[in-house]
Amino acid sequence: MRLTCPLCGTRDRREFYYSGTEDYLNRPAEGAPIEAWDDMLHLRTNPAGVTKDLWYHETGCGSWLLVTRNTVTHAVLATELVAARKGGAA
Amino acid sequence: MRYSGWKVITEGLLGNTGWGRAWRDPAPKAEYDAIVIGGGGHGLATAYYLAKNHGLTNIAVLEKGYLGSGNIGRNTTIVRANYFLPGNSEFYSHSLKLWEKLEGELNYNVMHSQRGHIILFHSDGQRDAAVRRGNAIVNQGDDAELLSVAQLKEMLPYLDYNQTRFPIYGGLIQRRAGTARHDAVAWGYARAADRLGVDLIQNCEVTGIDTVDGKVIGVQTTRGAIRAKKVGMVVAGRSSQVAAMAGMRLPIESHVLQAFVTEGLKPVIDHVVSYGMGHFYISQSDKGGLVFGGDIDMYSSYASRGNLPMVEHVMEAGMTLMPMLARARVLRSWGGIMDMTPDGSPIIDKTHIEGLFVDAGWNYGGFKAAPASGWCMAHLMATGQSHEVARRFRLDRFRTGHVMDEEGTGSQHNLH
Repeated sequence: MRLTCPLCGTRDRREFYYSGTEDYLNRPAEGAPIEAWDDMLHLRTNPAGVTKDLWYHETGCGSWLLVTRNTVTHAVLATELVAARKGGAA
Repeated sequence: MRYSGWKVITEGLLGNTGWGRAWRDPAPKAEYDAIVIGGGGHGLATAYYLAKNHGLTNIAVLEKGYLGSGNIGRNTTIVRANYFLPGNSEFYSHSLKLWEKLEGELNYNVMHSQRGHIILFHSDGQRDAAVRRGNAIVNQGDDAELLSVAQLKEMLPYLDYNQTRFPIYGGLIQRRAGTARHDAVAWGYARAADRLGVDLIQNCEVTGIDTVDGKVIGVQTTRGAIRAKKVGMVVAGRSSQVAAMAGMRLPIESHVLQAFVTEGLKPVIDHVVSYGMGHFYISQSDKGGLVFGGDIDMYSSYASRGNLPMVEHVMEAGMTLMPMLARARVLRSWGGIMDMTPDGSPIIDKTHIEGLFVDAGWNYGGFKAAPASGWCMAHLMATGQSHEVARRFRLDRFRTGHVMDEEGTGSQHNLH
């Protein structure tokens, strides 16, 4: 599998560290109930199909990427910089 | 029909004409006392123990494909009880005891082989951890024994003891651990459950879970609606999809775990050997193939096939431990879909829906657990109470903080 880093181009999967689903970008507000934290940290939709997850370009530019890919076919559909998202949590 | 050595001989003389089917192929009834979704090792074991231990015989196992078509038929077949944490320790101890009586119990040859499982260690720190783990195992009532390098060289002469990066300091052996024939476990439980009257319904995919006022009333399937007041979801690999039918999100992320088999070789590896540098383990099947594997590919996947970086890593790890592996040719590899939980431990629990139970999250260690998982899930479904050896496998333990991190690597997705 290869991922396209918006800054570095298409790179081998080994350059990237997989963090987890985009749930981590939806951080609950301060004072949110414990269920909201459980939802972000532990509970997962875990789709068999298209998913969005966070990858860190560890041995490249050090960017956090939001990758849209298919968990059944391993097809990578899109990549974007987390930092470039409007109101992104990066 | 009871299987026996005598039966094999007489059938051999009679041209093998009298064997008959191992289990029936019933059509689903309109209603059962209980339904188990999933005809894998855990689901079939659950059904068997529901009938055997709790007298529930008006029950069905619903399987979307054929029996044993998931991870029970595709794994590296290791059976062991060398766990450390309270909660895991007593559960896997119970499972190993069930394994030791399984063939007589099921009247089925599951080729259970207690050839011994050795964890190697490569530093003073790892030796201390192995001693501590060994003591925990002995305190649980199971066997563990520390092996010196001299003892190891007698038993495992083919290891590279003097490699510079991970020199071998010793090992921890559990002699009662070993392997079993994976799909025979599914077939053995299936046949034994069928003989107790359980309906094993194949090609029957569950498409919906019906509830009324917070209680389960049955399921929708590709073969029609089936009613039941108790439904168990035992569908590791697809747990999130089935739970979603009941409006649930589980603390599970699916990952692919690869394994490899070489061409058949003469007997060379007599035990199950785990490399302490990370994830590499190996044994030899009765057919002669070297069966080995490593870590998960470390990103969520349902592809049932892995990627090359982990193939390379596993081969490299094997080569540093056993240079002789260079002469073996890999025959095939495969990837199974693992229910990974944040802490690496499983779930056997009720859900927020009355009558709906979940058995999931077996990570990469479900095979050895199948007997005790079935035993405890059956206990839970029949009595409504967690079995004492599975009481810590709570669905809500991540929210409450009662996590069970056997590896000690942390309790969040992506760390196991």
